[in-house]
Amino acid sequence: MNAFLAIVRRDLSLALRQGSDATMALMFFVIVVTLFPLGVGPEPGVLERISAGIVWVAALLAAMLSLDRMFQSDYDDGTLELMLLAPAPLELLVLGKCLAHWLTTGLPMLLIAPLLGLFMNMQADAFPVLLATMALGTPVLSLLGGIGAALVLGARRAGALVALLVLPLTIPLLIFGVSAIEAAVTGQSSKAQLLIIGAMLLATLPLAPWATAAALRQAVS
Amino acid sequence: MNWFHWFANPARFMRLAARLQPWIMVLGLATGAAGLYYGLFDSPPDYQQGETVRIMYVHVPSAWMAMFVYTMMAVAAASFLIWKHPLADVAAQAAAPIGAGFTLMALVTGSLWGQPMWGTWWVWDARLTSVLILFFLYLGYIALVNAFDDPERGSKAGAILLLVGAVNIPIIKFSVDWWNTLHQPASVARMDGPAIDPSMLLPLMLMAAAFKLYFLYLLIVRMRGELTARRIRLLRLSDAA
Amino acid sequence: MLRDFLEMGGYATYVWSSYAVVLVVLAGMLIASLNALRARDSELKALEERVGGRRQRRNQGRVEEMANDA
Repeated sequence: MNAFLAIVRRDLSLALRQGSDATMALMFFVIVVTLFPLGVGPEPGVLERISAGIVWVAALLAAMLSLDRMFQSDYDDGTLELMLLAPAPLELLVLGKCLAHWLTTGLPMLLIAPLLGLFMNMQADAFPVLLATMALGTPVLSLLGGIGAALVLGARRAGALVALLVLPLTIPLLIFGVSAIEAAVTGQSSKAQLLIIGAMLLATLPLAPWATAAALRQAVS
Repeated sequence: MNWFHWFANPARFMRLAARLQPWIMVLGLATGAAGLYYGLFDSPPDYQQGETVRIMYVHVPSAWMAMFVYTMMAVAAASFLIWKHPLADVAAQAAAPIGAGFTLMALVTGSLWGQPMWGTWWVWDARLTSVLILFFLYLGYIALVNAFDDPERGSKAGAILLLVGAVNIPIIKFSVDWWNTLHQPASVARMDGPAIDPSMLLPLMLMAAAFKLYFLYLLIVRMRGELTARRIRLLRLSDAA
Repeated sequence: MLRDFLEMGGYATYVWSSYAVVLVVLAGMLIASLNALRARDSELKALEERVGGRRQRRNQGRVEEMANDA
């Protein structure tokens, strides 16, 4: 557990000191959403109709942007080899890396999502559900993204490749996230969708670090 | 498990495959010719879809193969990771482009079937959408395997990706079905009509068998090519040393 | 009769282009793979001859050296 916390603390302080990666993903998220009213026109009805989808798609793309750096610097400077040799199980350390990634990208996106919902003319009663889907969904993005980030270590054009690999896997998240918000807009209960996203989180929580650890082991050996 | 290990010897596999190849070709050509004959000449047009139903005899086997090949690749990836059989990895890598080809065929013929039946080249039907995502998964695997300077890395990373994809496919399928029932436009006619007539089942099964045999034949050709490429690489390395 | 068959009840474009697409993809994959196999086989052969020849020459050179030493 100490190793887990140490990894989280180390990655957080690294992110705070450099600051660029996390803020870049967040800025990308905001800019992509801002482009849509400029692209499809400022008509409030249209924007409201597509708001949930745009916010979620932009969140997926922004998360992809920060993924290829997740293990890259550890891989380059040899930290990853030490993590493999450490007495703590690698899966736990991976979980720590994913948590740190979520704290630096998923959480800021979650916090700024209501503002973007406002930009997109989203109805006020949809905001709690938007926050709930993002809160449950963005950790899944970090966990699934960890698998991709580990797989492309040392590959050519890793940044584009990781998006190509991970985006198809995030489709269920997109579908249920948007559908939960749409249900809330039309006054229906979005409990079912939220439960399914929660189930995805509970399933990826043990499985994804396991796959990521396997990918890291083959990348280093 | 003994026969499995016996079969995993590359040299033995090459010999056995070379002996089987002509038989697979003859059998495949025979079932393909019979399937085309029954499919194009000796089967009735559908009472609803008319002659377009004949597209089914190439579309449905392609879609079946698209799923079958991915399943086979996932099984090969698992045996490569667990038992470290190099041949399993060769099989998965050799099968990937064929599977992508079948998926592309299923998409294009599905689109050509959709235009006269639904009045549009593409609908976001649950099945079409799932097959499109499957196509992306194939492309991702092929891109990942070829992205490394060290082919060994590509093999292992690709195998892990295949297993992750195999776990995800049912979830993707489920979510796409859910999404589709929410957004299903009313005008779209459902494809699954009444139970299929035996006169149509016969050409369908024959074509499915022919596709499977074609896959087997091409898989052997591509595996032999891949094994030869590996020998070349090895010789080059030892020559340079 | 033949005309009816070719017209496919008015859906000729769709039916025949589906079969054409399938034929082109199947044949294309087969031809490309067979060509690649043939090219690699001949490459392997050339390489084996070259490497084998060099080894022989190297060994011959060693024999001569030994003869000179002696």
